[in-house]
Amino acid sequence: MDATEATEATEATDTSEHVIEVTDLRRVYEGGFEAVRGVTFHVKRGEIFALLGTNGAGKTSTVELLEGLAPPDGGRVRVLGHDPYTERGAVRPRTGVMLQEGGFPSELTVGETARMWAGCVSGARPVREVLKLVGLEQRTDVRVKQLSGGERRRLDLALALLGEPEVLFLDEPTTGLDAEGRRDTWELVRALRDGGTTVLLTTHYLEEAEGLADRLTILHEGRVAAAGTPAEVTAAQPSRISFELPTGYFPGDLPPLAELGVVGHEVDGRVVRLRTRELQRTATELLLWARRAGVELRGLDVRSASLEEAFLGIARDASAPRTKEYAA
Amino acid sequence: MSATVTTPAGRMAALARAELILLGRSRSALVTAVFIPLVLPLSVRSATERMNLEDAGLTVGLVILPAAIGFSLLFAVYSTLVGAFVARREQLVLKRLRAGELRDAEILAGAALPATAIGLAQCLLLAGACGAVLDVPAPRAAHLAVVGLGLGLVLCVVLAAVTAGFTRTTESAQVTSIPLIMVSMLGSGFVVPMELLPDRLAAGCELLPLTPVITLVRGGWTGDLGAADALRATAVALAWLGVGVFAVRRWFRWEPRR
Repeated sequence: MDATEATEATEATDTSEHVIEVTDLRRVYEGGFEAVRGVTFHVKRGEIFALLGTNGAGKTSTVELLEGLAPPDGGRVRVLGHDPYTERGAVRPRTGVMLQEGGFPSELTVGETARMWAGCVSGARPVREVLKLVGLEQRTDVRVKQLSGGERRRLDLALALLGEPEVLFLDEPTTGLDAEGRRDTWELVRALRDGGTTVLLTTHYLEEAEGLADRLTILHEGRVAAAGTPAEVTAAQPSRISFELPTGYFPGDLPPLAELGVVGHEVDGRVVRLRTRELQRTATELLLWARRAGVELRGLDVRSASLEEAFLGIARDASAPRTKEYAA
Repeated sequence: MSATVTTPAGRMAALARAELILLGRSRSALVTAVFIPLVLPLSVRSATERMNLEDAGLTVGLVILPAAIGFSLLFAVYSTLVGAFVARREQLVLKRLRAGELRDAEILAGAALPATAIGLAQCLLLAGACGAVLDVPAPRAAHLAVVGLGLGLVLCVVLAAVTAGFTRTTESAQVTSIPLIMVSMLGSGFVVPMELLPDRLAAGCELLPLTPVITLVRGGWTGDLGAADALRATAVALAWLGVGVFAVRRWFRWEPRR
């Protein structure tokens, strides 16, 4: 328990500096589409913060406001204590940006592109060094149009890192990368965090957010649907057990579900799905019942709550928007 | 860190260098920027043979020289830049640049620098060639020619940005840049000098964006342009510049339409 207290103590001192502060942020596009509808979060110095969400959840729309590409239509953004749009001169030299889709002239080589960027970045480190960092040093003389999608993403990352930024914005940094490239990027991002860089990334890969982020916010339809550490967000979700009913048995033959700690269930043909917040107790009771009855629970699948569960839960609520009202 | 903070000039130079490499690698852009402006003045020469230039106090050289400079502005600068601005926008380069330290004006100016430099070099080369081949004497009021050329270069950059604002693709850039080119060639004194137009038509044509440029350049060589006329031409060019800058700030698109 000492460890927990220690963590809390460090957290308390760290909160004194929020590198990114977003308050009731709103963004409305031409034509009236409201992409961001009152989003609030903050990012502490030296942490990896993930914005998670399906396509169209408002991740990129939010990040673009943090990058200062457009002014918000409502609410407030502060990056390193400044408004990234109106005080860009104070913010830009200290931030690195990787957009969702990198924009590079296709006829320039990797080296020419990086040199061009280096001329536009304060405190740029040597081009060769940064290309080596992302594993593109062998591709220096290759034209951008000949790069694979993954290589282009890595070039984009290299440019974002040129100025050794204090704050790094990565919009879907691993989209289009193969498994190895993704792992390399994760390692690089972790190393940057350990070196003191604050990283805000968006992703629709759950494993990426779960494995990489210190804290995360799940966006859905422009609003914050869940927020916290991956463990906290996951803890709010029930665990799941599913199995096939043995032949000749009906759902009513199972022991009373409430006594097993089950908080919700559904039956789909012969398949029973249970949701519980006490996974071990529910599983034990269920297996003991099966042994007493002498039956085999085929397709038995016991899984603790995961971010995926949380994510799917949010999507489920959205596809059945009335459910909450009935429940209430 | 603070020792290596970038400056606007440094940032624009880095961008201009990349843009120059790109210009060198695009064959169609090179033809437009380098070849066409050197060839078109020859066509004006045949047209001048049917004109009554002496009544207006002009010579063949004094018609071809301003026309050559005008072609250079239209093709090496204006047309080239419409294509470049649109191409960079559609490749999301402009958006990417805007996420960095470059300011909006620096992005456009830096990208425009190589084409502008080529345009300027061409103008000087053509002026020299006209002097040598067509016996055009040295300019009598060089300051007017300098003002005219300077205004012409800046105006072409700004008008290219305006045109790029309502051009969707690099292919359509070849179409959207035609109106200014045609109107200028016909009405701004490129082929037919203002002095040879009916007065009422000339009065209207004087308000076109590139007319003051041609008027100032020609006046710079002949020395016949009065102070009032020179001021009026400068005012017209500055007015177009103001309108252009306003239009760019208002309507220039930094990323593709989705």
